[in-house]
Formats: sequence, structure tokens, C-alpha cells
Amino acid sequence: MHSFGYRANAFLTFAITILAVICAMASVSDYFNSPSPTSQVQVLNINWFQKKPDGDDEVSLTLNISANLQSLFTWNTKQVFVFLAAEYETPKNSLNQVSLWDGIIPSKEHAQFWIHITNKYRFIDQGSNLRGKNFNLTLHWHIMPKTGKMFADKIVMSGYRLPEVYR
Amino acid sequence: MGLVLAHDTLYLTVTDDPHALKPRSFQTASSLRSSRLRRLQVNHFSSIGYKMDWQGQKLAEQLMQAMLVAFAIVAFIAGYALESFQTMLLIYAAGVVLTSLITIPNWPFFNRHPLKWLDPSEAEKHPKPQPASSGPKKKASKKAN
Repeated sequence: MHSFGYRANAFLTFAITILAVICAMASVSDYFNSPSPTSQVQVLNINWFQKKPDGDDEVSLTLNISANLQSLFTWNTKQVFVFLAAEYETPKNSLNQVSLWDGIIPSKEHAQFWIHITNKYRFIDQGSNLRGKNFNLTLHWHIMPKTGKMFADKIVMSGYRLPEVYR
Repeated sequence: MGLVLAHDTLYLTVTDDPHALKPRSFQTASSLRSSRLRRLQVNHFSSIGYKMDWQGQKLAEQLMQAMLVAFAIVAFIAGYALESFQTMLLIYAAGVVLTSLITIPNWPFFNRHPLKWLDPSEAEKHPKPQPASSGPKKKASKKAN
């Protein structure tokens, strides 16, 4: 501590180390949050259901997505990335996951929402397996922190079925 | 205890400060005299240009660590209670700036326990010790050849 430069260096190093410690503590505080999110999806309409020229099935849906993800937000949450995926089984793949819609929720106020949309991304199968297919609509989310670990979880909503014939 | 180089010879000096095991700079007797005269002419805040004394250094280090930890604790509790990460960072940043202003510059209160160097007139009172033999000088001249 015998010179200005020595003190400045020691001070800066210590200050940054302490900053890392309080950020780690903020990240650990996320583990004490027990979230209780809810969501509901209605398939209002099958707009069309065709087999593409290359042989793959494609379906267009109109969806009504409502969710309350406010309990996911803590003081250490930067944003929540949420996406809705259609999940089903085919002879070729035990699990197919097709993302239909996603969004970024920037704050707690925006986390309770209700939207009425057609699927943002195309629902295309790897093959021609969708006629009469039972599928789940799963709402996935990633809680992105300001510092520390990112948590991911989901809600599975089952009981959806595609038509037996093309429209 | 300390060392003073005067008249091309090293003298042992005595101070009260337990931290002053090895001083970092040596001064000849003539420069000691002139620096003492210089000090008499300067004002109270002249310590900014000089180094801190040992007690001041200890105080600066302890004060720096204590202030940063205290501000970090207050910042975390405030941020957690108010559910605002930004609040935590702002309180801590304010603490960092305040601590740097208090502990980094060489303020006068860090120089309240200056080292008492041996007075040059004291050094002159003690006679210069004679070399034991002329052996080392002979070896040096032989190596030069």
C-alpha cells in the first residue's frame, strides 16, 4: 500500500471480486423461487392440411394461447423466452418436436398474455404421418437471468388430434 | 531499526515504529538536511506527493476492505428487498466510488505516524568504523589484472 498505483490496483481487484460474489449470491437466490405457471392452448381451426410435392405433410393451425408466467420472474430475471411446440410420435422418430410459436417476455407485466394467431413457424412433418395423429402442445420456457444459471421447464398439454383426411 | 547511508557508510538507526523493518529508500546526510528544510516550507496537504507512513498504509488497506464489504452487504440486502437488481448495482457502484476517493489518495490523516529517522547530527557523533584488514582491497585489485 505504499504507492497510489499499488492501492488503486488492490482496490480495483478487491472491488471486482466482491462484485462477483454478490452476483453469485443473486444467482443462488433464484433457487428459493418456487414458480407456479399456468397455460392453456385452444386449436381454433385447422386452416389447411396438405401433403407437399416433396412428400411431407404440412398443416396450418389457428391457435389461442393464454398463459400466466408471472411467478417465473425474480429480481434476477432478465427475460423469459417461451415457445410452443407440437410433440408427437412417428414410426421413424420416437419424438418429433415442431416449434409453432415463440416469443420473448421482457418483464413480469408482460408475462400474463392471451394471443390469437396462426402458427408463426410452419408445421411440417418428416414424412407423411400426420393424418389422424394425436399430438401434445407443450409450452416450453427458458428463464434467462441477469447473472447466473438459466432455468428451463415446460407444461405439457395433451389431447389434440389432427384430421384423418387432407383438407 | 533502520539503515542510513551517510559518509559512504551504512549506519543502523532506531525508530519506534514496529512496521519499519526495512525502509525502501536511502538518503545521504546532505540530502536529509535539504529535504528537512524543504518540508518546513510546504503546507498541510503536501502529503499528496509523498508516500504513506506504515500505520497509514495499514489503515488504508483495512478501511478499503471494510468499506467495500459493508457496501456490498447493504447493496445486496437493498436489492433483494426492493426486488431490483439495478438498485443493488447502483448502491455498490456508489460505494466503490466513495471508497476509492477515501482510501486511494494519500490524505493527511494517513500520515499521522511518520517514521522518526535518525537525525544526521546523531550519525556524525558515532565514529566511522575502521575496516578490519586491507585483504578485500588486495583481492579486488588482483581480479582487475
